[in-house]
Amino acid sequence: MDAQTYLKRARTAEPPAPYFRNALLAFVGGGAVCAIAQAVLNFFIGYGFKAPDATGPTAVVMVFFASVATALGFFDNLAEWFGMGASLPITGFANAIVAPAMEFRTEGLVLGTGSRMFQVAGPVIAFGLATAFVSGLVFLVGQRLGV
Amino acid sequence: MPTLEETAAVARVGRQTSRLVHPVAVHQFASVVGSKEREGPLGPAFDRSYDDSALRNPTFEEGEVRLLKEAVMLVLQKAGRSPGDVDRLCAGDLLDQNVTVAFAALGLEIPTYGVYGACSTSAESLALAALAVDGGYVDLAVAATASHHLTSERQYRFPVELGVQRTPTSQWTATGGAAFLVGRGEGEAQITHATAGIVRSKGIKDPNNMGAAMAPAAADTIAAHLRETKRAPDEYDLILTGDLGLVGRRMCLELLGEEHGITVDEERFLDSGLLLYRRKDQDVHAGASGSACSALGLAGFLLPGFAEGKFERVLFVATGSLHSPTTAQQGHVIPCVAHAIAFQRGGTSV
Repeated sequence: MDAQTYLKRARTAEPPAPYFRNALLAFVGGGAVCAIAQAVLNFFIGYGFKAPDATGPTAVVMVFFASVATALGFFDNLAEWFGMGASLPITGFANAIVAPAMEFRTEGLVLGTGSRMFQVAGPVIAFGLATAFVSGLVFLVGQRLGV
Repeated sequence: MPTLEETAAVARVGRQTSRLVHPVAVHQFASVVGSKEREGPLGPAFDRSYDDSALRNPTFEEGEVRLLKEAVMLVLQKAGRSPGDVDRLCAGDLLDQNVTVAFAALGLEIPTYGVYGACSTSAESLALAALAVDGGYVDLAVAATASHHLTSERQYRFPVELGVQRTPTSQWTATGGAAFLVGRGEGEAQITHATAGIVRSKGIKDPNNMGAAMAPAAADTIAAHLRETKRAPDEYDLILTGDLGLVGRRMCLELLGEEHGITVDEERFLDSGLLLYRRKDQDVHAGASGSACSALGLAGFLLPGFAEGKFERVLFVATGSLHSPTTAQQGHVIPCVAHAIAFQRGGTSV
């Protein structure tokens, strides 16, 4: 059996991924995260923040929630269930920083926690900045041309 | 005393298979596991278990050292021996530089060979120990293997608290350590043959699909063993593989049939990776893996089976994925190997 045939055959032996269940759970989980965030946002607005100004502290609070859940060790269980519903919002980003920061604490504060905490989130920051730069450039050129 | 040539004529069955000339047996075995393994179907068969916190602190790595060291101490204790009686420790684990072995052996005062065969380490270390004993180079040897779910997650995949969904083909690295005391003389489980594997790949590159990657190596070694010993599969009560899991086991059976013309009774073709956990309830996807997986299959299923007189002959085949995180990220295939050991009930002739 050559490599190509083998790869194909191995595919057929795989248990099917539960795509529908995953999508449904991601929808529910992501929706719950957004609902909690909305409640936090309303809380800040209730305290006199203007709506655009309230998004900043809301993100901070959501990051705090996700970090605590990671530190207490149950964020990964939530993510196993809700998948992208838990990972895609800013909660996932917080988890991606805190998890390695905790994990590599045993290797020291500087070379462990400090240097490895961006191991997972590093690409998000790098490519996020690159994308922001390019889209900023497009926006600027567009503005100058009067689009 | 037979000449070297006379011995070689009996001992060298083929390029891959050696037949042991003297009676050599696993005289005692011991296992230490984590809580998930204790809760699995083989749980009652293991000697000692620890809750997760004991295997996480102060570091995951120290937890793994504890598993290996305690397994070695326990096998000696069960056999009424001391470390000074053992001439050789052949031991392996999954971590970079085999550090678990280094730290477990530190202070044991047993001459040590570190062995790396990834998840095939159990069979590799046991074969080396048995051959050394058979050749008269050592009197008593201990083969030991450990792995820890959290240390290998950290080394091979992601930080443990990172929220990621595992793919359906992924396998769960087992937490445990097992040790086997090998010496001359009759025992419940005699080691009669050792077949060394050839490193193979059929192009699988996905480290989350190790079962499919390892199946060709397993099929190849089983075929070589049967060919060189001139045995038929039904001369074995059981063929027990290491950690092929759901996908690998299926592919191995297909390859045996199609490439080697060997038909194996599915009911007598079991996999340690599918025995260790209740696959659906314990959320392990395609099954268990890790160097401890096959060793725990041996210590929790195969050897107790011999002790209960359930088996006459069993072929134990441990499979290993010999990639590193670096080679996988660079897009290379996963080189795999499988080593086999033939066991026979004590007091029967080969």
